[in-house]
Amino acid sequence: MNFEKKSEINIDRSLGDFSYDVDYTFDAGVGLSESTIDYICDVKNDPDWVRSFRKEGYRKFLEKPMPTHWATKDLENIVFENIRYYLSQGSIPKRTWEEVPEDVKKTFERLGIPEQERKYLAGVEAQFDSEAAYSNIKAAVGKQGVIFVGSAEGLREHPEIFRKWFGKVIPSGDNKFSALNSAVFSGGSFIYVPPGVKVAHPLQAYFRINAQNFGQFERTLIIADEGAEVVYMEGCTAPKFETATLHSAVVELVALKGAKIQYITVQNWSSNVFNLVTKRGVAYEDAQIKWIDCNIGSRLTMKYPGVVMKGRRARGEVVSIALAGEGQHQDTGAKMIHAADETSSNIISKSISLGSGRATYRGMVHVPKHLKKCKNNTECDALLINTQSRTDTYPAITVRGQGHSVQHEASVSQINEEQIFYMQQRGLSEAAAMSLAVNGFVNDLVEQFPMEYSIELKRLIDLEMEGSVG
Amino acid sequence: MPASTFNFHPLEESTGVGWFQELQKKAWEQFSQLPSPGRHDEAWRFSSIGNIALEGFHQAPPPTDEQSILERSQGITPLAAQLVFGNNRLIHADTSNLPQGVILVSLQEAIKKHEDLFRRYFMKEEARLGSLKLAMLHLSQLKEGVFLYVAPGVVVDKPIEIWHWVQGNRSALFPHTLLVAGAGSHLAVIEHFSSLEEEPLLACSLSDVVAEEKASIHHVTIQDWSPQAVAFHLNTTSVLQEGSATSLQLHRGGHFVRSENDSRLFGKGAKSMMLSIVSAHGAQEFDQRTLQDHLSPEAKSDLLYHNALSDQARTIFSGLIKVQKRAHRTDAYQKVSNLMLSDDAEANSMPGLEILADDVRCTHGATSGELNKEELFYMMARGIDESRAVKLLVRGFFQTVLERLEEPQLKNYLQLLLDHE
Repeated sequence: MNFEKKSEINIDRSLGDFSYDVDYTFDAGVGLSESTIDYICDVKNDPDWVRSFRKEGYRKFLEKPMPTHWATKDLENIVFENIRYYLSQGSIPKRTWEEVPEDVKKTFERLGIPEQERKYLAGVEAQFDSEAAYSNIKAAVGKQGVIFVGSAEGLREHPEIFRKWFGKVIPSGDNKFSALNSAVFSGGSFIYVPPGVKVAHPLQAYFRINAQNFGQFERTLIIADEGAEVVYMEGCTAPKFETATLHSAVVELVALKGAKIQYITVQNWSSNVFNLVTKRGVAYEDAQIKWIDCNIGSRLTMKYPGVVMKGRRARGEVVSIALAGEGQHQDTGAKMIHAADETSSNIISKSISLGSGRATYRGMVHVPKHLKKCKNNTECDALLINTQSRTDTYPAITVRGQGHSVQHEASVSQINEEQIFYMQQRGLSEAAAMSLAVNGFVNDLVEQFPMEYSIELKRLIDLEMEGSVG
Repeated sequence: MPASTFNFHPLEESTGVGWFQELQKKAWEQFSQLPSPGRHDEAWRFSSIGNIALEGFHQAPPPTDEQSILERSQGITPLAAQLVFGNNRLIHADTSNLPQGVILVSLQEAIKKHEDLFRRYFMKEEARLGSLKLAMLHLSQLKEGVFLYVAPGVVVDKPIEIWHWVQGNRSALFPHTLLVAGAGSHLAVIEHFSSLEEEPLLACSLSDVVAEEKASIHHVTIQDWSPQAVAFHLNTTSVLQEGSATSLQLHRGGHFVRSENDSRLFGKGAKSMMLSIVSAHGAQEFDQRTLQDHLSPEAKSDLLYHNALSDQARTIFSGLIKVQKRAHRTDAYQKVSNLMLSDDAEANSMPGLEILADDVRCTHGATSGELNKEELFYMMARGIDESRAVKLLVRGFFQTVLERLEEPQLKNYLQLLLDHE
């Protein structure tokens, strides 16, 4: 089918595309050096071990080459010396929305965060540029012993749990961007769920970039103790500036024996954001980690959520939806490292490329020696909308020994012309028909998101077709 | 990389072919300049190339036992023609029964007697799957090979058989095969790569297969190098409009075997079928890289690779389906299956897709699993002992690939060969 002449497809990003002038109290200036890191340490009043952790990260960041031997050359367009690495109005988040300064609060109100919190969330953290402006957990959840604070507060107030796991799932030298994050990290969440506690409602974080030429480097650590269960959701937006913005987060999850963590992301950065994120979890015996990852925004996203299955019968899962629109490259995927017997993993990825968009699936499945009965199932489906759209699939699967079952399947297709024709016969416009077909393609995955998110997602995926059929 | 091992000796001045010497000289320069494949080279990901000693080989001297070579060159029957090479030298040629319009000559003769035709096809496609350096080594060291040209419309109704033998400790061999099926012609070729004795050797072969408009070519290779062999097999296939090329590779021998298969669908409606059977055991490593490059609309490619791994064997499969812009209505399929027969075996699969056109049907799959326990149980319950039952199931696993081969004579021969394993 040829839609090229007929229509232009746009994704509705109007909701997040605004910015306000904000007076920042703390500003590390432009560019990155040892003194930038010292500035961040001083503002945040970091303990010495954090300062040396940051410096070590910085050293590794400088050492590591850009991974352009396998990744896109677009990475070379990131100008590290033009980026502002730390901007905040202070490093202590407010506990009530009333205390949040007006100029920051109106951003989150416009994005509907306080309203969502009242309706269905167990706790919310709202990050504005480098620091959380607001962080609160419902009293009932706090009473169960659940800790939900910013990463800075986590390392100050709960060092005994924080230090045990921080940087252990993702060492700072894991890759160039995890090293950069280790050097300048600020914001993000620290969550600890005590043994047996099942947090009934999701905890949510909202990440907002407001400033131009800014780099956001939040750091999240979630620990679910034995038998605990937690759902964490994150959303993110930024206004569309003329210049590039960098978002480079590190997220570490630890699911101890029998615990369950679900981590849900709806990424809707504006199309000038380089989104280079490292996400990995460790699942111990009978534990489960599930990443539900939806990438709609950004200029370039590189993100491959991973699960290291360290304990027997541990389970890892990645559900991924990527929508690559005009000029976008969604380079997403999953990493599944089987490190114990009878572990199982599942990857389902669906991507849509439209306009000149490019969706890439990159996967890694590793079953090392002398394990028994490991299972992996991977399914990747790609949908191409226009003739200049592009999709790639690059999995790497290593299996050692017998007794495992590992399978990977991928397919690329286009929207069924007959379907569109049929819907148009029933009176739908071509645009509406396309929109329905795309929603149908991802529907089974969208349903895995919590209700409120799936509605939001459907709205985002709703394509607006402009121009008329010639 | 064996830069120090080889010196540059182009074909003798006496052949009087300056253009060929010039090519060889340039190839030698390129070989000397190109970097050796390393660990961080994506095209060599998972490969053990870094641990493979490539030093201490020499250009194979004339074979000492031509009689044994000829006696052991017993393959498929009946044949249309047979060429036998020993240590890069043509030692036997039976081409008397070939129909008119078929040129089957050694490379030396092709250079001298069919220069224009030969030059039109010789090494036109660059090695793109990681081994350009090895392709340049091949060209610079090249002494002898096969040139087969089938004129338009000619049907060769029986297979043509080619043997490449190697003999002598630490011999290096550079077999070259150029097969051209002219428009509307029909051709089947079977090639054997074999060692006379169990000795270390280095083989670096290059084959180019061309199927022109509406031509059909079947190309089977049986690789039976000695267990100490280090071998690089670089193959390209070019298919023009409505042409069809089928290749099947059966890999049995070797210590480290790298096989690159680059299939280019140049013409509308072209077809390429790529098949492979690998029986890996001991400490063997098979490193296979493939490309199905769709450059034209309505072309079809189909790849099926089956690996059975026992002992400490390793396999690497990296395949890419590339659909270029405007290659609409492409139909491409790629599947690799690894049958794990031991706890120490390792299979690496990297099935890839790069799709730049929207109206396509592309699918790939990779599986790694064990023998079907129920089938095994069923056979043992019928009194078949376990080792025999396993053999039969592995044979069945290979048969799935053979079934895709449409050329009956080649298929029957391969079935017999596998039955006698």
